[in-house]
Parts: sequence; structure tokens; C-alpha cells
Amino acid sequence: MKKQSYTIAENRLVATKTYKLVLEGEGLVDGEFVNLEIPGFYLRRPISVCDAEEGRITLYYKTVGKGTAFLADLPEGSKIGVLTGLGRGFDADACKEEALLVAGGLGAAPLYLLAKKLKAQGKKVNVVLGFNKADEIVLVDEYKALCDSFELATLDGSAGIKGFVTDAISAMKPNYDFFYTCGPMVMMRAVCGALEGSGEASLEERMGCGAGFCYCCSIHTAAGTKRVCKDGPVFKKEDIIW
Amino acid sequence: MVKDLSIELCGIKLANPVVPASGTFGFGLELADSFNLNILGGISLKGTTLEPRYGNPTPRVAECHDGMINSVGLQNPGIDALVSQKVPALRKVYDGCIIANISGFSIDEYRTCCAKADACEGIDIIEVNISCPNVHNGGMAFGTSPDAAADVTRAVKSVCKNKPVFIKLSPNVTDIVAIARACEDAGADGLTLVNTFLGMRIDIKQRKPVIANTMGGYSGRAVFPVALRMVYQVAHACKIPVMGCGGVASAEDVIEMMMAGATAVQVGAENLRNPFACPEIIEALPDKLEDLNIESIKDIIKVV
Repeated sequence: MKKQSYTIAENRLVATKTYKLVLEGEGLVDGEFVNLEIPGFYLRRPISVCDAEEGRITLYYKTVGKGTAFLADLPEGSKIGVLTGLGRGFDADACKEEALLVAGGLGAAPLYLLAKKLKAQGKKVNVVLGFNKADEIVLVDEYKALCDSFELATLDGSAGIKGFVTDAISAMKPNYDFFYTCGPMVMMRAVCGALEGSGEASLEERMGCGAGFCYCCSIHTAAGTKRVCKDGPVFKKEDIIW
Repeated sequence: MVKDLSIELCGIKLANPVVPASGTFGFGLELADSFNLNILGGISLKGTTLEPRYGNPTPRVAECHDGMINSVGLQNPGIDALVSQKVPALRKVYDGCIIANISGFSIDEYRTCCAKADACEGIDIIEVNISCPNVHNGGMAFGTSPDAAADVTRAVKSVCKNKPVFIKLSPNVTDIVAIARACEDAGADGLTLVNTFLGMRIDIKQRKPVIANTMGGYSGRAVFPVALRMVYQVAHACKIPVMGCGGVASAEDVIEMMMAGATAVQVGAENLRNPFACPEIIEALPDKLEDLNIESIKDIIKVV
């Protein structure tokens, strides 16, 4: 874990209540999420890393409360305190040749970094994204440019297939030897229940420190008590107790 | 200018008075990759009970103005794992003062755990938590009456032959001085105060408590003046040393706590918002002492 200062290069509304935040600073960030210091708010806000390059991090977040609303108002050029190097992410090596990535809502953000890694390893990547409505869609162009096959679902049918991600998976009939999922718990539970074979899901829990020492986000798993922030947020399907 | 930051607690020398508080620093090793732990005056380990505990259901944390509520509920691997694994592992990388924080649900449990901690080579001080607001039928129940606090103190002192025993007090009481005096009279070697304040938040959209366990312990910068007042009252009423705790977030806060009567100062919730809080505070102390014309930090203990 490192404590760093970044500059906001972009902080823009890209979909309903959804912002793209690009931060510039030093080094290449590792870890599954960063913990942002929001001025005037006591605890940091953990946000998944969507993309990381040398000196640059891309994040997506939703305005769900006062803290994220304040973040949305921070202008470009503002400095922001960031804890980096947090969380155990998806294991790209678990996939041998062909992966299925299933995201719901902003779960699309952390899976994008994984998709890039899988493609860099020469693997085939099939992607299913699900959103409530068309005006919540993000990252579709980025995924289409990167992956081998792509399917979109919206609950109200305003874009792509009408229904759940599981409906889109049925339509796609993808080949895969390992799957990865990130999104609302109910969606991931359905995905892990419906899909054959091994996979990983990224869980969410209200965090304190975000770095594994306060034990606020502990959950029961088949492999014992685990901290979502440190031992996860990504867990093996077989270990998750829904 | 080189400043003397060292202090002494019951004959144990600490390089400086700054100690991460129990529950806000895990078992120490969790942060060993982030900075050199040997900077720290001491480390108070996460509260430990006889049996391993998962703790309370999640959510266990709620944000507040200038603070937070936690309801972890003493998640820990049990005293046997503490003395056989956690402490020896920390000892490999940390030379400073290790404080074992012991909790219990009965006087027997406190006694058994403290005896095991007293026999553990790597532990320097035993801190007995009679003030956890997050467990039923234990913890705080022992810390809210002078008689019960004295009973626990006598029981643990009867088995702790090697190490000083600090009793960690709850602020959720009418008269903290009466409880502090009861512990001192029962043989406590020192006191840590204060633990968290019983608090609550409600999610107004869902019309239910934010914390799964309904209530939890409130801590953070907001509680500093209240904690300081209690440290002042207790330090002036008792002869045994006090570790001050509650809302400490800066080198100035450490100095203020010590002027109120604390010999050492624990940093708690601040670690959660800034895991580097303790090293940053320690690094800032010499310049603050210079500004105030203080040569040795011991000289300011209870000057007010």
C-alpha cells in the first residue's frame, strides 16, 4: 500500500449518475482498487481500477451519497489523496485459453482491466455487459474494440437484449474455460449459479480501512473468514457463501 | 535539533509515546509492508478472547461527521493463536512495546487469557478491555460499574506476575473517575482511556440502522475534547500512568493529551482514514516540540 497524491485530469458525467475519473500521478498502480480521500469526509471511498497505465488511473463511480456527490464536483486540476496497491484482483492466469466476463452496471469497470490483461496474454475474451437502462451504459465501445465477442443486455430492453445478463449469456452461448463476474450481489449469485465450471466474482462490502487491518469487511467463506478488502475483493466461486 | 521523544510506562521504555490503538492496527503485521513498524512507540494488538470469534454481521462500519462507528465485535483468532502465532510473527519484525489487548465474557475468561498473555515472551504490557461496546454480556458490562471493574482487575492481577496490567476504560459511564480509582485500588498498573462511545446511525432511505448490529462504537476526531477531559480527570485523580486515547489525529493532539496527563498516547480511528497517521505524527513531533521550546516530551506529562 502506498499513499500518493494524484491530479484529476478528467471528471466527467458519462451516463446517468455515472462519472469517469482519470487521475494523473507517478508510477504504475497495482491492486484491484484505490481508496480516495474526499475532502470533508471521514472515511475514504474505495473505487475499482478500470484501467492503469504509467502515471495514469481510470476509474468509474456512481454518485450514491454525499461523498461521491462531492467527488463529482471536484474540478479538473484538483489534487486528490489516493491509497494505492489495495485488494487482490482477478487471476488472469486461471483462464487457459478462453474467458467469459460478465458484468452488471459499474462491474464493467474492473473487468476492463482484466480483459486487457487476458488479451495481452493472447487469450480469447467473451464479454457480456448488463445495465438497467440504455442511459446507464458505459464502456461498450472500449469492450467492443478489445474483445472477441460481445453481448449487451438491459433490463428494460432499451438497448441490446431485453433481460438479465444470464439471458444474454444464453443468447451468446460462449465457449470459455474460466469465467469472471462483477456487479450487484444478486446478479453475481445468479451468474455463479447458472454457469458451469470455475470462475471468480468480485464482492462488495462496506469497508473501514480498505487495507486489511480493521476487519470491518470480514465475511464468511468456504475457506474461512476473509477480509473483502485484502483477501478479496475477488473470490473463487467455490468459496463464496451467498 | 534532536528531541527526546522517549517515555516510560511502568518501567518499560518506549521510543516515543505514539501507540496505534487496539482494533485499528490489526495484529501489527498487516501494516509491516507499508512502513517500518519500528518507528512506533508501541502497538496495541486487536482485542483477543479465549475462543476464536468471527464477530458481528456486516455492515460493521458507518461514517459520521469527523468520525465513524464500528461494530466489528472482537473478531480474533483466540488467545492461543495470539501467543503462539501472532505475537511471535510480529516480534520478528518489531522491537518496540507490544501490548496484548484482552477481552472476555466472564471473569474466568479474562483470568485465563491474561495468564496466557503473561506467559508469552513477546508481550510487554497487558491491556484489559472492559469497555467494548460491541459484544453482549461482556466487554463494557464489566467497565460500567466500579465493583465489576475492580473484580476483573483483581482477577487478572492475581495471574499476571510478569507484566504490567493496564485496564482500558469505557467513556459510557456517569463517573469515569470512580471506575478508574476502583481499578487503581484493585491493583491496576495503569489505565487506558477511552474506548469508543456507544453510537448509532440510521439509513433514512431504508429506514433501518446502518450498522447490522444496530449500535456500535463511535470514535474519531470529534471525540477528542471529551476523551481529553476524561484523561485529565483520571490522570489527576490516580497515581498510575494513563495511556490517552480518543480522536488523536496530529502531533498537537499528542502533546495536548500528554499535557492533560497521558504518559503515552494511542491513535485509533485516524489509522483507518490514514494508515500512515502514526508515522506521520511521530515525524511531526520534534518540530512541534521545538516550536514550544520543549526538550524532552516527558516534561509535559500532566503539566496542565
